[in-house]
Amino acid sequence: MGENIAVQSPPVLVDVGIAARGPGAGARLRKLGTLLRQNPLGGFGLLIIGVFVILAVFAPFIAPYSPTDFRAGNPDEGLSASHIFGTERVGRDIFSRFVYGGRVSLSVAVISVVGGASVGMLIGIVSGYFGGAIDSVIQRTVDTAIAFPALLLLLIITQLLGPSFRTIVFALTLAVIPGVTRVVRGAVLSEKNNQYIEAARASGAWSPRIILRHILPNVVALGIIVMTTLLGGIILAEAALSFLGLGIPEAASWGRDVSDARNNFPYHIPSAIFPGTAITLTVLGFNLLGDSIRDIADPRLRGSR
Amino acid sequence: MQTFIIRRMLSGIVILFVLSVAVFLLLRIVPGDPAIRICQLNCTKAQIDQIHRDLGLDKPYFPVSLDFTDPKVVSFSGDSQYGTYITNLMTGDLGTSNFNHKPVAPQVIDRMPVTLEIMALTLIFTLVVGIPFGVVSAVFRNSPADLFVRSTSVLGLAIPSFWIATLVLVFPSELWGYAPVIGRKISLFQDPVGNFKQVAPAAAVLALGSAAGIMRLTRSSLLEVMRQDYMRTARAKGLREGSVIIRHGLKNSMIPVITVLGLQISGLLGGAIIVETIFTLPGLGLFTLQSLAIKDYDVVQTMTLYAGVTVVVINLMVDVSYAWLDPRIRYS
Repeated sequence: MGENIAVQSPPVLVDVGIAARGPGAGARLRKLGTLLRQNPLGGFGLLIIGVFVILAVFAPFIAPYSPTDFRAGNPDEGLSASHIFGTERVGRDIFSRFVYGGRVSLSVAVISVVGGASVGMLIGIVSGYFGGAIDSVIQRTVDTAIAFPALLLLLIITQLLGPSFRTIVFALTLAVIPGVTRVVRGAVLSEKNNQYIEAARASGAWSPRIILRHILPNVVALGIIVMTTLLGGIILAEAALSFLGLGIPEAASWGRDVSDARNNFPYHIPSAIFPGTAITLTVLGFNLLGDSIRDIADPRLRGSR
Repeated sequence: MQTFIIRRMLSGIVILFVLSVAVFLLLRIVPGDPAIRICQLNCTKAQIDQIHRDLGLDKPYFPVSLDFTDPKVVSFSGDSQYGTYITNLMTGDLGTSNFNHKPVAPQVIDRMPVTLEIMALTLIFTLVVGIPFGVVSAVFRNSPADLFVRSTSVLGLAIPSFWIATLVLVFPSELWGYAPVIGRKISLFQDPVGNFKQVAPAAAVLALGSAAGIMRLTRSSLLEVMRQDYMRTARAKGLREGSVIIRHGLKNSMIPVITVLGLQISGLLGGAIIVETIFTLPGLGLFTLQSLAIKDYDVVQTMTLYAGVTVVVINLMVDVSYAWLDPRIRYS
């Protein structure tokens, strides 16, 4: 008994006035600081992503040469002061391609994940909310789509429609939809049995209103978490497509640079190392950030990937 | 259980049917006529029509077609492209490559061993590395071994397999002048060592990512199980720690691991495309990629159906294994 009393925490005094106004900018920053301290790996991931985003956005100011300029140096040079990562098989500057490569990877990944997650959320909500035959049809389709080898699906679509920015975004968006649909449907199923939904329905609200006003806000957070966990995988998929020659033509791309390094004999070590390092670091950054966000927001999802 | 398996097989057939129709249609509605590819842009209209007739591409797509401008709406034709494809499929005829005009089946059988070997070896590497390290990591939580396992698995999930494969090719060649035998097929039975040397690098590269995933999942799943009361009971009744972990812990933590392993096996069909391209191994992955590039209808249809069948069978096996791992799961 005595132990219980000792463990009891002192009564918390809640200042209602301050709580209602919400935390100010300073408090919010402190909160972010605390979060980063508790999740150093997530912070590290955020740092890596930040660096690559800055490199991609300010590429023209950071890269010493144009990524496509094959007169930047001699073919297959080693590391030097004028070419810090060396040059590749036709004399283009590897560091400049390292900097520019993120533009395609990051933009394609973000657009497809946001697009795919939005569509997936919509389908998941419809599936979970209405149930019945609609739900069965959607879920069996999702089963098949999740099980079918993603890379094969991506290859078929990009190969048949012809590689372009639009095709690749379309293919990757399709790849994102099923997983998000599954997770969101689960959340909607547990959400729709809450009493406030029943109350809304009893007061005569029709389905679209209930979905928009009551269900959607409760699953958006989940959708965002799933999105961050998917980004790394989508970047890997885009790189694999580029590697197989189905990336966006003309654009500087890490995946295709690795492929060039493999096809260029005799091999040149810097050409093989740097583009792959860029992919690995970016994916690592997104994976670490995604894991942290998931652990903070919803420990139940831990290990779901 | 039997009714469950039969029901799942029937739904599998429906899925495969839908898949075959989808791929069949997708191949034909996207731009790019195989006849033009065959005679490289310098054909007359008559020649193209002749090639279409030879390949049977002048026939209607489906035995049943809907025509909304016609008052009859539904029309039937005994001789359609899909009808021919399915009828031939039932008799074991996978069609003919419209690129080299050879039947598809022998070409698939010729390339199958390499891919199956890669997949089997990848699976072995994944299990042999993934599960023991995952167990060590969970049992000695927060020890240096655990930290090592965790950081390796985070890295393993981030590294693209095509990059590691490229490095495996580049480094030995540049540093020691060593190159694995590529391009040529070495039989497992005639030269087991040479065959292993050829297939092992590809499998090791693929296993890196999947072992990382299995390691991580085994760890988190086993940690979850170790909190359960029955683990304490097992220890309380005097079982040795090893027995507690293996018999009670590991078996109960395998359900999520088996689920992911099933997904990884179907993912290997895609992974095979990558490693076979890099190491120029004459397997089904490379065959699929090459046939896609030239829109070889019958080959692409066969390969997607093959992937679909693999996926359906693996999923069924995964579901059946649940009941064995956890007798509380019953199918009716």
